[in-house]
Amino acid sequence: MPANMNPKKNPMPTQEAAVRAHNFQEVATGYSEEVAIDEAMRCLNCKNMPCVSGCPVNIHIPEFISKIKEGDFEGAYQIINITSSLPAVCGRVCPQETQCESKCVRGIKGEPVGIGRLERFVADWHNAHATEKPQPVPSNGHKVAIVGSGPSGLTCAGDLAKKGYQVTVYEALHTAGGVLVYGIPEFRLPKAIVQKEVDNLVAMGVDMETNIVIGKTLTVDELFEQGFEAVFIGSGAGLPNFMNIPGEAYKGVYSANEFLTRSNLMKSYLDNPVTPIMKGGKVAVVGGGNVAMDAARTALRLGAEKVYIVYRRSLEELPARKEEVEHAMEEGIDFRLLNNPVEILGYENPDDRRDPKNGFVTGMKCIKMELGEPDEKGRRRPVPVEGSEFVLDVDTVVMAIGTSPNPLIKSTTKGLETQKWGGIIINEDTGLTSREGVYAGGDAVTGAATVISAMGAGKLAAKSIDEYLSDK
Amino acid sequence: MYKIVSKKELNPTVTKMEIEAPFVAAKAEPGQFIILRVDEEGERIPLTVAGYDRQKGTVTIIFQIVGGTTEKLNHLEEGDSLHDFVGPLGVATHTEGLKKVCIVGGGVGCAIALPIAQKLHEIGCDVTSVIGFRSKDLLILEDEFRAASSRLFVMTDDGSYGREGNVCVPLNEMFGAGETFDEVITIGPLIMMKFVVAATKPTGIPCTVSMNPIMIDGTGMCGGCRLTLNQDGKKVTKFACVDGPDFNGYEVDFDEAMSRGAMYHDFERHAYEEACNLFKK
Repeated sequence: MPANMNPKKNPMPTQEAAVRAHNFQEVATGYSEEVAIDEAMRCLNCKNMPCVSGCPVNIHIPEFISKIKEGDFEGAYQIINITSSLPAVCGRVCPQETQCESKCVRGIKGEPVGIGRLERFVADWHNAHATEKPQPVPSNGHKVAIVGSGPSGLTCAGDLAKKGYQVTVYEALHTAGGVLVYGIPEFRLPKAIVQKEVDNLVAMGVDMETNIVIGKTLTVDELFEQGFEAVFIGSGAGLPNFMNIPGEAYKGVYSANEFLTRSNLMKSYLDNPVTPIMKGGKVAVVGGGNVAMDAARTALRLGAEKVYIVYRRSLEELPARKEEVEHAMEEGIDFRLLNNPVEILGYENPDDRRDPKNGFVTGMKCIKMELGEPDEKGRRRPVPVEGSEFVLDVDTVVMAIGTSPNPLIKSTTKGLETQKWGGIIINEDTGLTSREGVYAGGDAVTGAATVISAMGAGKLAAKSIDEYLSDK
Repeated sequence: MYKIVSKKELNPTVTKMEIEAPFVAAKAEPGQFIILRVDEEGERIPLTVAGYDRQKGTVTIIFQIVGGTTEKLNHLEEGDSLHDFVGPLGVATHTEGLKKVCIVGGGVGCAIALPIAQKLHEIGCDVTSVIGFRSKDLLILEDEFRAASSRLFVMTDDGSYGREGNVCVPLNEMFGAGETFDEVITIGPLIMMKFVVAATKPTGIPCTVSMNPIMIDGTGMCGGCRLTLNQDGKKVTKFACVDGPDFNGYEVDFDEAMSRGAMYHDFERHAYEEACNLFKK
């Protein structure tokens, strides 16, 4: 079969911007079988497989795409499944444009092969058609504990379970999935897909224990006392950062973590929610990462009449995925670039201290910025333009400017070395921490990063744990 | 699922429940809290631990019926189960080395103050307790406090029981008579704690307050429970779920905490009415 030499990717079908801005259903609707085969035909099946080197979990990309060409979608899934535990998730949220697809030879003279879209197609096809449940592998007698059921923990658990380890995953919240459940919104990653991945792990024999906070309910040392021989810490992002500007305690100022957790995990987006959230009005989201895009687009879907992204640098420096930025712009999010908040304003009635409006946000004072000299990382530093302050008329402010690692494990695990800012220190080749048998990965190590890098860390730790326990 | 082992009405709006939660019971200390969900779609609410039995593996909670969730919780009976129950969260109240302490509890806050008084009493500390309620109908845990204290003042706002007045009345009398303590620990409505702090301040006695802001995850992730401390003229943001719930009362910005606590007031009232209507049918 000759390759499809169309320089452009098959576009991803999506809900119309005007429609999707008002619902929580998934934005991208996925390739059909015909389109998937057509896209697969664009792959040249390069011998040196540059794409694989761009994938943090080294999915055998040309191989699975070859199966799609043949129409053997289940076969394609089985190839992905060798290296990735969460293909339906990765196909949706990985930044392929900076990973596998950035290395694709087709990208030199046109657009790279839509690897992410094909991965998603294969995973969805499998989920819709597969009849066989994953089976437990005979136990090798070794017990491993995983702290946190986010992307790094689930990946580590999956890889170890496939090798016959008895794995217990401890989750602090009432639902497994970590950031995939509380952080990433339904319209980008349907919760049913995460649940399916979790169910698969449970079918493989992984014990999923919710409502257990490691560092509080149990400590890492107690896990060893209970007979676990190795522990992986994937406890994820911690406390949200604020800007430390006046007015951040006013009602209507949320961290992105809180705003998204209310909407996603606690289902505040429902018409008659049990957990409240501020809906409607005018919303400013401060920050330029994927989390900021998620928060802004969530606010829009919750019924906001106007949503701003306020970011202190320019479009070029926006750290969010290009696709997310484009989607947000299409939906009507107003990007206020080169703007930086200096104060949040609130209502105060001097004549009536009991006025119920007291203490609610009424606006956000910002200052215009310009880009100055590049800093040590080569990014041009934003500098305030003197006298350019103005007030953005808003009722809700969401701070999406990063997090610092969760303090609970650090403070209760003796001998666990951390960076000054709280990140757990690991050997980058193995994922091993300063404690024997204790491994770590994901945001708990790196600070806020991507789902796939967390998965890569979970995978690396699983490999190291396997080597460590096999030698024991 | 977490079984309700026993349930007792302490007064018309306050209920005590013993919950089977061996992991939590094994670790809980006075001053720490738990988070529960009543059912699969429920909200997460924090409640401070009111007691625990390590042998039986149970944790006691005492709650006031104030909103939709506590109304639903109160409709569960012995033998029913809670969907989720996680903890113990937060930092336990500091009790080490204390020889003479005054505990000041207000309303349902007394439920949280009691295990602290009991723990102090156990370690040989001299405990003076001041407990205050709006009226006699709302009085709880009097006998338990008496057993754990060398001196007990019971106050009611309307004078229907004990002495008339708020908790600051005996506090001011003691301070006026030159009495001193290693520490004053106060738990109750924010406005009461604010006044206890103000009354204690001139004496220079350390004053610890137990904060109970709105929380979601309770594990140091969402930042909803943040409050502002004034430390040496600098404003510092702290998180009640991991840094607290106990804080130095002299540093807490109570006005801000009161304002933030009322954020969802209208929503809560509506949810409460809806829950009540649900059970009327």
